[in-house]
Parts: sequence; structure tokens; C-alpha cells
Amino acid sequence: MTTRHEITAGFVPLLDSALLVAAREKGFAEKNDITLSLVRERSWASIRDRLAVSHVDVAHILGPMPIACNLGLSAPAQKMIVPMALGLGGNAVTVSAALWWAMAGHGATPDLDARRNGEALQHVIAERRGVPLRFGVVHPFSGHNYELRYWLAASGIDPDRDIEILVLPPPDMGDALAQGLIDGYCAGEPWNTFGVVHRGAHLATTKAAIWRSSPEKVLGVNAGWAAAHPEALSALIAALDEASRWCGRPENHAELADILSSPAYVGGDAALLLPALTGMLSVGGETRFVRDFFVPHAKAATFPWKSHALWFYTQMVRWGQTKHSAAHQEIAAETYRPDLYRTALKSRGVALPSASAKVEGALTVETPVGSSGNLSLGPDGFFDGGLFDPDAVDDYIAAQTKR
Amino acid sequence: MSPTRLNVLVIDENRIRASIIEEGLREGGYDQVTVIDDMHGLARRIAEINPDVIVIDLENPNRDMLESFFQISRAVRRPIAMFVDKSDEASIEAAVDAGVSAYIVDGLKQERVRPILKMAISRFNAFSRLSRELEETRGELENRKIIGRAKGLLMRSRGLSEEAAYALLRKTAMNQNRKIVEIAQSLVTAASLLDPGASE
Repeated sequence: MTTRHEITAGFVPLLDSALLVAAREKGFAEKNDITLSLVRERSWASIRDRLAVSHVDVAHILGPMPIACNLGLSAPAQKMIVPMALGLGGNAVTVSAALWWAMAGHGATPDLDARRNGEALQHVIAERRGVPLRFGVVHPFSGHNYELRYWLAASGIDPDRDIEILVLPPPDMGDALAQGLIDGYCAGEPWNTFGVVHRGAHLATTKAAIWRSSPEKVLGVNAGWAAAHPEALSALIAALDEASRWCGRPENHAELADILSSPAYVGGDAALLLPALTGMLSVGGETRFVRDFFVPHAKAATFPWKSHALWFYTQMVRWGQTKHSAAHQEIAAETYRPDLYRTALKSRGVALPSASAKVEGALTVETPVGSSGNLSLGPDGFFDGGLFDPDAVDDYIAAQTKR
Repeated sequence: MSPTRLNVLVIDENRIRASIIEEGLREGGYDQVTVIDDMHGLARRIAEINPDVIVIDLENPNRDMLESFFQISRAVRRPIAMFVDKSDEASIEAAVDAGVSAYIVDGLKQERVRPILKMAISRFNAFSRLSRELEETRGELENRKIIGRAKGLLMRSRGLSEEAAYALLRKTAMNQNRKIVEIAQSLVTAASLLDPGASE
């Protein structure tokens, strides 16, 4: 006899809610004896609040946010855990046509190369007089904020002094750009494609170009709920694993875009959702293929690496959101729970990494790893050749604050 | 500073709900209340108003922006934190249930702000109740219209009195274990199919 699990999941209408949506719509939840209810929210703050008061049991959430909550940086502070990631990559940096042409004048090209286009932006900013450029991100505790800042800083731009970064709801970014309220933004899909196709914007670079195979949204879980419902959580991880496999297959991309375009999920035009899945992105006037733009399944894309949690933590320290201490570092590392991921999937013949953390940026080519099952990781390089060793967090933090 | 001297900002895209909150605050003796229902230039307006307490609807998509704004101390003269007291989970839950969220200036004592949050919660709940009732009333009116049309059809086509037409609808509904309005709707639909214009 099997137990039925009732699970309520919160999500924000973005492309990378795909795994949760596919788990429900393609029967993977049902197959794992889960009645999965999906609740759409309009802000990460309300996702966090509803997780805290158990209106939802689990949620599609920004990778750094559960860490910020556990560090007491973002209240209400109910303990949250991350037993699974919901894919890798998926974001881009979009700029106004005016800024793009200024960058192009300094050598920026539509191939989205983070180094070349970052240097071009640096030249534009160095020459600019008067009001600094303004960039939008989706949340202070987001991969978007950190990858944008990483890209700018490594391109010789001080994100706090040379430009202004502000937070906007993603659906408003294209309009804010068209109205000249901002000059660029880092957001998830479909909002970059929307900006390019409907608001005359131009892609400057992508998350995959800044840091290949990098973490983005995760499954945030109320720790109290997880402790009380270990079987339900395992079943959900299994369902999402199957959903990720389905989402990763090219032959399913058109159907997935169609499902996501329903008003109950992301809404809008399926044509705006497809580019992120195929990697064929509208750059502005032309289309470019971006390898690993969004990775829902391959490369252990749903594994909650402790090194991902720790990298997010180092960026919180870098940009003054928290102070570095051994205790804080431990809270960050303990938020991500690869043990729960393994528990859920080890008996199901899923390829699992044998380590819980890795040196980020170390793989220049796709590399088979020691694991149960067939698994390849990477490439996972930072565009500036940086390496993040999770066993040397102190050194990494010391080096980045000196820059 | 007496409780009434607190500078309270209400942010709500729903104007009616915002004015209900504003009225409640004024009745409670808070006379420095500002209401913003247009999200345009929100950050700049908050800096100008410099509130002690911000009350905002939980579903407002600008909350991420607001929270980031509070973190940047140079943008506001005084840092603002979310209204939370870990020991006070019940009021957090009540607030989220009601769909309201509040932020207070750092250092302000929770007990000075709690009456504001309490008032906001009860007014949000009252507003939801009102909206629900209004919705039901609207549905009720719509139903009455459909039943009226069905009665008219029966009166004309079968020469029945109004009471007899209604009785026939009710009896049919009871026999088929359906609602009167469903029977009426079927009749109106059927009539319009058979003779477009007859149901008018």
C-alpha cells in the first residue's frame, strides 16, 4: 500500500518554474503518489512569507534566498532547507539599444562574450559623464545580483560606485528599459527575450557566459515540514528528477513552452519561452546559439552542491550583506542538503555525484566524474578564469575584498 | 513621541482597501498617514515621506524592490526592517493570512507598532469579507435575471402566470436535483438556439 502525499508548492511565473510545472502537468507527481498543488506568487518576498507560515510546503526560490533567511538577513526567519536545485543557468544581461550601440563602439559583439562585452561596458562607463548607468536586478539575494556584480567587478567596474543597481519586478524591466528608467537589467526568462523582441533591447551577455553551469533557482523547503514529511519530500525529489529529465529532452521543448504559456503558469506567448529551452536566443537583430543557456537536467543540474551555497555566501560577504564568520559559513553550507537528495534518489538508479562540493570553475571541458551511474559535469568556468575552492573560503573572501 | 505621532505610509494598488486602512488609522488617532496607490516612482516617494511604519499588501509585486530599498541605508534616512518579532509568530501568521505586510523603522518598539498591524489585519480581513459578499451579491443578481427571463419564456409560450412559471421551474429543478438557476439557464439557452431573439 502506498501513501498519498499532498504537497503545495509556490512558484513565481518564470521559465525555470518548468520542473515543478512539468512534474504536475506531465504526471510525474501523480506517478509518485503526490497531489501537487501549484500556487503562483508575484514576488520572492511573498514566496518567503508563505513558506514561513506554511501556506506552501515547498517553493521555487532564488538559490541565495534560503541562505539569507537562515542567516537572519531576510525575515521572517523560519529555518529553510534546499534539498534540490531546479536547474542551472537561465539568466541574461539585457541593455538598452542606446547602451548597446555605445558598447559596440568599444568592441562589443553579438556573440555575448562576457570578457569582450564587459570591457566595452567598462569603456562606456569610463567615458560617461553625469548620471551613472542604472541596472535592474530581481532581488538583493539573487544569482542575478551576484553574477551581474561579478561580471562588472571582473570587468573593472565597481558595481556600487560606477553604476547604480536597483531591484524591479521582472515583468516591469522591459518597460523600465524602454522608458529610460534603467539602462540594463539581469533577469531570468522570458524577460530578456521579451525585452529584445518587444522593447528594442539587446542582449549584452548571459549567465552561462559569466559562469557556465552556475546555480540559479532551487527547491526551498520549510525545514519543519521536511522533518515531519520525509517520505513526501523524497517522493517530490523523485518526481522533480523525472520532470527534469523530460524538460531536458529537445523533443519536448515545444510542448513545455506551450504548457508554460498557460495563464495559470508563466503566461504570455510560447514563442517567448522557447529560446531559453533551445538556446537559440534573440540577441537583437539576430539569433545566436548559446550552449548550456538553461540546463534543467544534464550535468547534475538538480544536485544541491554545498559549493554553490558557499559561493553565494561569499558574495553576500563581498557586497556587504553579511559579515564573514565560521558560524555564518556553516549556516550557509548546512542550508543545502545533498544528503536528502541522495536519500531520495539512490535507490532509483539515478546517477549521483559522489562528492557534495566541488571546486567551481575547475572544469574547462565536460568531464565524467566518479559517481554512481553515468554522469558528466562541466564545463563550469568563470569567464575571468576564477576558481572557487569551497575548502578555502577564507582565502577567496580575502582575495575578493582586496580587489 | 506619542503613538499618534508615528508617520505611517500605506501602499496598496487597491484604492478602496487603502482608504479603508487609512480611515482606520485616523480613527485610531494616527494623523500622519499617507496613502500611495500608484507604484510609479515609489522609491523616491518613500524617501520623501520618510515613514516610521509602512503597511503594504502582501501580494504587491514591488515588495522585493521595497525590501532591497530598505537595505540601502543611504537611500533612506533611517533603516527600515520588516515587522517581525520571532516570538510573535501568531501575528506574523495572522498578517500573512490576511494578506498584509508591514515594515517598521529600526529601533521602534514592537508594542508601539502592534496596534497598527492589528488594525491593518482586521481591516484587510473585513475588506476580503466585503469583496466576497459583493461577489455573492453580484452572482445573486445575475441569477435573478436569468430566472426572470426563463419565467418570461414560460409565461409567453405556455400562457402561465408568473407564480405558475416559477413553480414549474422549481419543480423541474427538484425532480432533476439541480438548482433553479441551472434549469432557467438551460431554458434560456435552448430558447435562444431555437429562436434567436426569443429570449430577449
